[in-house]
Amino acid sequence: MDFDLTDDQRLLGESVARLLADEYAFDQRKKLLGVAPGWSEALWARYAELGLLGLPIPEEYGGFGGGAVDVMLLQQAFGRHLVLEPFLATVVLGATAIREAGDKALQEEFLPAIAAGECKLAFAHYERQSRYDITDVLTTATPRNGGWVLEGGKSVVLHGDCADKLVVSARTGGSREEAEGISLFLVEGEAEGLLRRGYALRDGTRAAELSLSGAAARLIGPKDQALPIVERVVQAGIAAMAGEVIGAMEAMQAMTLDYLKTRQQFGRPIGDNQALQHRAAEMLVAMEQGRSMAMLAAMSLSEADPAERARSISMAKVGVGQAGRFVSQNAVQLHGGIGMTDEYAVGHYFRRVMVIEHMFGDTAWHLDRLADQVQ
Amino acid sequence: MDLRYTEEELAFREEVRAFIRDNLPREIRERMRLGYPPRKQDTITWQRILNARGWAAYSWPKEWGGPGWNSVQKMIFLEENLSAPAPEILSFNVTMLGPVLIQFGTEAQKRRFLPAAANLDEWWCQGFSEPGAGSDLASLKTRAVKEGDHYIVNGQKIWTSTAHNADWCFCLVRTNPQAAKKQEGISFLLIDMKTPGVEVRPIISIDGSHHLNEVFFTDVKVPVENLVGEENRGWSVAKFLLGNERTGIARLGKSKERVRFAKEVAREVRMNGKPLIEDRGFRTRVAQLEVDMKALEITQMRVVSAYDKAKDGRPDPLSSVLKIKGTELLQGTSELVMDVGGPQAMPAWTQELAALTNEPALLPEWSPQMAPAYLMLRAASIYGGTNEIQKNILNKAVLGL
Ligand SMILES: Cc1cc2nc3c(=O)[nH]c(=O)nc-3n(C[C@H](O)[C@H](O)[C@H](O)COP(=O)(O)OP(=O)(O)OC[C@H]3O[C@@H](n4cnc5c(N)ncnc54)[C@H](O)[C@@H]3O)c2cc1C
Repeated sequence: MDFDLTDDQRLLGESVARLLADEYAFDQRKKLLGVAPGWSEALWARYAELGLLGLPIPEEYGGFGGGAVDVMLLQQAFGRHLVLEPFLATVVLGATAIREAGDKALQEEFLPAIAAGECKLAFAHYERQSRYDITDVLTTATPRNGGWVLEGGKSVVLHGDCADKLVVSARTGGSREEAEGISLFLVEGEAEGLLRRGYALRDGTRAAELSLSGAAARLIGPKDQALPIVERVVQAGIAAMAGEVIGAMEAMQAMTLDYLKTRQQFGRPIGDNQALQHRAAEMLVAMEQGRSMAMLAAMSLSEADPAERARSISMAKVGVGQAGRFVSQNAVQLHGGIGMTDEYAVGHYFRRVMVIEHMFGDTAWHLDRLADQVQ
Repeated sequence: MDLRYTEEELAFREEVRAFIRDNLPREIRERMRLGYPPRKQDTITWQRILNARGWAAYSWPKEWGGPGWNSVQKMIFLEENLSAPAPEILSFNVTMLGPVLIQFGTEAQKRRFLPAAANLDEWWCQGFSEPGAGSDLASLKTRAVKEGDHYIVNGQKIWTSTAHNADWCFCLVRTNPQAAKKQEGISFLLIDMKTPGVEVRPIISIDGSHHLNEVFFTDVKVPVENLVGEENRGWSVAKFLLGNERTGIARLGKSKERVRFAKEVAREVRMNGKPLIEDRGFRTRVAQLEVDMKALEITQMRVVSAYDKAKDGRPDPLSSVLKIKGTELLQGTSELVMDVGGPQAMPAWTQELAALTNEPALLPEWSPQMAPAYLMLRAASIYGGTNEIQKNILNKAVLGL
């Protein structure tokens, strides 16, 4: 085992931390919220310049050829600052779909553009009725004029409102909840027959509801057999979000510790109360357990055995989800009233962790997966 | 020992239930069922309907317009009201101010304020907490200096719930900064929110709503007849207020109603290709909550009947058990509801969504309040004495540690 970071990874972490310290203070972030597009296009360009958008993209396609650990570190830094840009949607979910589904030509078409910050993607798989069930796809694809058209809807599509192109799953065969018959398509953001209704999630990040009525689509990857690719994309998303939760927990833990030392009640810092010292220690325990699980998620993405990979990812989602809930609830509690306000950063971390927990399968859903496999 | 309700108690529950069923406006009930907090006017409307029946001031003696119920009746009433679900009776008026005036107020104060409080003709808020005085309430600094027949009040309150709706505020102020103990220099004042020098500033909470406020007092003139109890004895009034009404503290009816709602939605959403309600893990989680609610229901009955028997009006320190467990259940059931909604509970329903009303609904009608309710209920273990402070009380008053 080796938990050491390479020099490159350390450098990456430091340079991103510097950038975000300058550009992503809590007040700067607040200015981005609520004003279209809900994130910073200028920073998106900076990320591209710094090579962040090409981090996991192979060098032959203009990227840095980084691995899951690099993405985890970057996401951790993003989590500490609650970064709003569509990195997860584009560079993690979108690019993974292109890499897994696409031939060389498709990769050449997309990956360099993603790395250069010239193409934003979104991954539109889950539907309103599907909740977390990955095979519950009702959207259909029908051949037309040598291409395809899509009918149906997609729900809570992360950054679906701003994507230039969307990776959309649809049925080319089979029926609801069948593993076979799911295919992946590319749909232009401005396609006729695509209605996108964008909104903010509870944490301020953007998402959209999609209605597809005859939208033109281009098949990518194997027809009817895209479920394993969807799984890969979701797993990459879970691993990346796990990193983000670690960053958010670190920030909450730091703020809480600071508050315990400075807030005075009954003539002394509240942190002098052993009850609160123990709570802070429990938060630390949870955070470290969560961190281990985020590492497991990152490392297991390269696991070749699909069952083993799925198992590790589910374990990580559960571990990180539980740690995140515990740490964020206690961070608010130990702040008292101030923790309940929108003016104070703790509540923003709380909501980011809450939203992540309810994406791509929540704790109960993944535990259920694991329970099925107990021997 | 008999854990069953008596015939009379059952008949009483039926009477309350029937009244609420027949009189609670449908639109208010439906909004509450979907988890929306009551609007100001909903609270007023419902409290006036109850008051016309003589039930709004549910804990007051008959003499002052209350029904004169015993603790079990009060508990049944509150539970039925919450689980209807109906707007809660404004606690500032009924469980806080009312009993304080009945115990400590002058005749003139009672006549002037009690009927209007019961009928919610005047909306009260609670001005206790300050930036530097939360758990350590007695360290409050807002100053009141007597000048002739007025007090001149200067200072700041914070976390003042619904101050922006309020006509009046009952406040703790410092009248003697030189007192040997900080508890000894505090007085309980009634302040008209329309007095010049009172300024209310909103605080937006993590659910995005405006419930909390800061209230600033700058040379606010308060007539001396608005002092409740004796000058510098306000701490006993505050302790009476905080310890007085324990019947409703667990808000068990609310938790029960939320579990019911979660089960309803769980019939609609899916898990592994079948309705969530059929999922074993979900059922186990609901069962656990139901076990805890049952235990709390009985504990609550025990505390309440002991209180009735003791008749000394002193709060039972065991009521801290009700506060701790009651708020844990409120939080646990709000988590359940949100988790049932899952991804559909995550979008923020802001103006941009409301503006799209002509289009087909973006999300199911049950979803918009799931996350905000969960977020706001994180405060349940903070207000009314944090759960850590409740544990300190148990340590001192019951365990002798
Ligand atoms: C939604 C909401 C509504 C409210 N409404 C009102 C209102 O209408 N009127 C009003 O006057 N106030 C109101 N409050 C204020 C509330 O009563 C205070 O927030 C509460 O008393 C805690 O005070 P604080 O926020 O200053 O936290 P602090 O007292 O600073 O506490 C911070 C943390 O330290 C812990 N702590 C403090 N002392 C100890 C100790 N000795 N041992 C162990 N742990 C300790 C606390 O439990 C908490 O976790 C409201 C608060 C909220 C959140």
